Amino acid sequence: MAGSDFSRRNFLKFGSQSCALSLAQSYLPSGLLTAAEKLDKRLMVVIMRGALDGLAAVPPIGDKSYVSARGQLALPQNSEVLLDLNGFFAMHSALKPLYPLYQQREMLVMHAVATPYRERSHFDAQNLLENGSDKPFKLSSGWLNRAITGQAGGKEVIAMGSNIPLLLRGDWQAGSWSSSVLPDVTDEFLERVQQMYKSDPILSSALGKAIDLQSMTDESGGKSKGGRSFVELMGKAAEFMGPSGEMRIGTAELGGWDTHANQGLDQGPLARNMGILAEGIATFKEKLGSTWNQAAVLCITEFGRTVRANGSGGTDHGTASVAFLIGGRVNGGRVIGEWPGLSQLYQGRDLYPANDLRTLIKATLNQHLGISNDHLSQVVFPQTHLINLQDKLFA
Amino acid sequence: MSLDGFNACVRFGFGARGNELQDIGADPKGWLLNQLQPGPPVPPLVAKRARAGGVVGQSVKEIRQAEVSVGKRSIRLTRHIFQEETCNRLLNHIQTDSPFYERLVVFWSNHFSVSASKSQLGGLVNEYEVQAIRPHVNGYFKDMLKAVMKHPAMLIYLDNVRSMGPNSPQGKRREKGLNENLAREILELHTLGVNGGYSQKDVISLAGVITGWGLKNSPNGPLIQFAFNQAVHEPGSKNLLGYSIKEEGLAEGENALTLLAEHPSTAKHIAIKLARHFISDQPPKEAVDVLAQSFMRSGGHLPTVMQTLIDLKQTWEQPLSKLKTPYEYVVSVIRASQLELNKQQLMGSLRQVNFEVFNAPSPAGFDDVSQAWSGPDSIMKRIEWAYHLAKKVSTERHPVQMAERLLGSGLSAQTRQTIVRAPSAVDSIALMFASPEFQRR
Repeated sequence: MAGSDFSRRNFLKFGSQSCALSLAQSYLPSGLLTAAEKLDKRLMVVIMRGALDGLAAVPPIGDKSYVSARGQLALPQNSEVLLDLNGFFAMHSALKPLYPLYQQREMLVMHAVATPYRERSHFDAQNLLENGSDKPFKLSSGWLNRAITGQAGGKEVIAMGSNIPLLLRGDWQAGSWSSSVLPDVTDEFLERVQQMYKSDPILSSALGKAIDLQSMTDESGGKSKGGRSFVELMGKAAEFMGPSGEMRIGTAELGGWDTHANQGLDQGPLARNMGILAEGIATFKEKLGSTWNQAAVLCITEFGRTVRANGSGGTDHGTASVAFLIGGRVNGGRVIGEWPGLSQLYQGRDLYPANDLRTLIKATLNQHLGISNDHLSQVVFPQTHLINLQDKLFA
Repeated sequence: MSLDGFNACVRFGFGARGNELQDIGADPKGWLLNQLQPGPPVPPLVAKRARAGGVVGQSVKEIRQAEVSVGKRSIRLTRHIFQEETCNRLLNHIQTDSPFYERLVVFWSNHFSVSASKSQLGGLVNEYEVQAIRPHVNGYFKDMLKAVMKHPAMLIYLDNVRSMGPNSPQGKRREKGLNENLAREILELHTLGVNGGYSQKDVISLAGVITGWGLKNSPNGPLIQFAFNQAVHEPGSKNLLGYSIKEEGLAEGENALTLLAEHPSTAKHIAIKLARHFISDQPPKEAVDVLAQSFMRSGGHLPTVMQTLIDLKQTWEQPLSKLKTPYEYVVSVIRASQLELNKQQLMGSLRQVNFEVFNAPSPAGFDDVSQAWSGPDSIMKRIEWAYHLAKKVSTERHPVQMAERLLGSGLSAQTRQTIVRAPSAVDSIALMFASPEFQRR
């Protein structure tokens, strides 16, 4: 813009400082880290939307009832298809990029795990998965937002994708990112838009965050084109969260798990989707470099699927599934949680929800990010003082 | 000019094009009611099929495999149809002089969402909207419900074409069974709502009731055409919500859908969705109650319900609190610009704001709350797109006059001042497009 000496860097610096200050003042609860204390750990939460079939991802091949209960969906028992985890559980070969991480004890699986939700609606279940209460729509903010309130400075939270999932909605304004094919607009123009948004807090805060993030991408070598896929987003997330990035907490989403028809065995749509998940996480690790030793990835889904196939070679909505915790500090190489077995099914059709997903999340937030158990049991997951996991999740 | 004209034009429509605001004049309610007449003709832009005759009635296999030449390249027919027809749908929304009616089409199409991402449905989704949604927008809910459930697009999308009664002749022979997907979403998303008072048993019952609702068979495989297939229909009577549904073949499903359409939970569920769409993210309870009563009393007569909506004081309150979806935003800005964009520019616009028409992430359709669309990246993309579009707008008109014509009394002092003080006409227009008045509805 001719005649303007407005540099984006200066404008941004001003914008983000005032933003961080106001957030820190309004939302800093007592007893937590202050914004000035830099968080060195990284946490990436991956929401697998649509309900992952946990028995396909981590089949309990040592369970006597596995083959009979699973019927046509029982995986062929050979080492090409099943990667051994501990003799009892195996990993689906589509997740192969994660197998070395398990072997290096950087990955753990919690099996037969579920939220407190016991109905079968995706939308309610995802809402509850993200709001962290015991009922859909009971809270309008996400547990991750409540967890980090007061933990990180202004610019340190990001949703990979255009929009922010409920998990990250709340008092703390997160950033969001997706690639753009348009050239940047001028700084001066954006400043005028900001002025115009003064009386509209939602638009004003969204634009402020977007400007902050753009400057980070500018510094790390310009915008990439395309890259809307999960793998590319995870790679981009690693840039934001790596040694030179400022992000500490991120979310990413991967759909395609709602496999009602012909989900396949070692090949097929479900295997392909698992492959994308695994590749995305492996890319994230690789791009993080040594920062991987500070990072954890938590993969969660809203519920499981029926144990037996439905009439069309797929699975309908079920109850318990699996969750993954992966990272350089993770005390992994284990499948944790109580195993309910497959000889008796929940409501005659689903894997029993023997383990509460909230225990895994709470323990991760406490042991990895140092969030106090009181804050976790009162605010993040209200009224969960008695719902805890006694396990050393991090080495 | 009062704020009511602006409200009618923006809350209920797609924002002004040309002199729409002036045409609405002093009778905004009259302008809206005029668009609720029964049986409006299908606009030529959306009536036209990219493949002559459409794809309904054609062989599934042939349509899936067919390719067409576009320029020097060969692309899948289904993709070609999707691109052409989705572009024409967008163009129709940009040009329409019945924007309230068109908003209702989009609302119902999203309520009964199907996705072009599944099973090559791309060639079918626009035809679905024209055949199953449009004819009933100014008619009865139950008729729309039945038309939707008998459309190949929905039957394929939610897997009912694969569902077989385990005790039906085919089911027994092939050892196949139910697929609950469509039945569950009918209860949860389309009619009663998730807390509407049904159980897992009702899901299974309804799945049994609608076994056989699928595609027509032919010697060369299935056709993209509705047929009731007795051979996969689960025999025997079923119990749905405490009512006994007698064994009656196809009529079972029709009776069950009528039962669901007339259920008070359905009235409430639809009332909440309408109020959330047209009033606010947290719809006021009084408004929901009045709409639900109107739905029940009129037997689900949608124009009656819409008239009730228009008569609510809450639909005329300012300021507007809803955030436009990226689609609504793009439509409103191009309407305002009066630019004649080509196909690449139109479809490119949707890509640039990250909006994929007929590609909702789940059968629940696109989210209808501001938070779903107010991500920093999403807002930035709108601004970037609008900024580049503004460069194309003719700068002969005075930008402030343009803003006054398009926004009338809705133009705030802050935005007016920003437009006046902008360093160039292009910046003025771009700022107007980026303004809260253009982002909200």
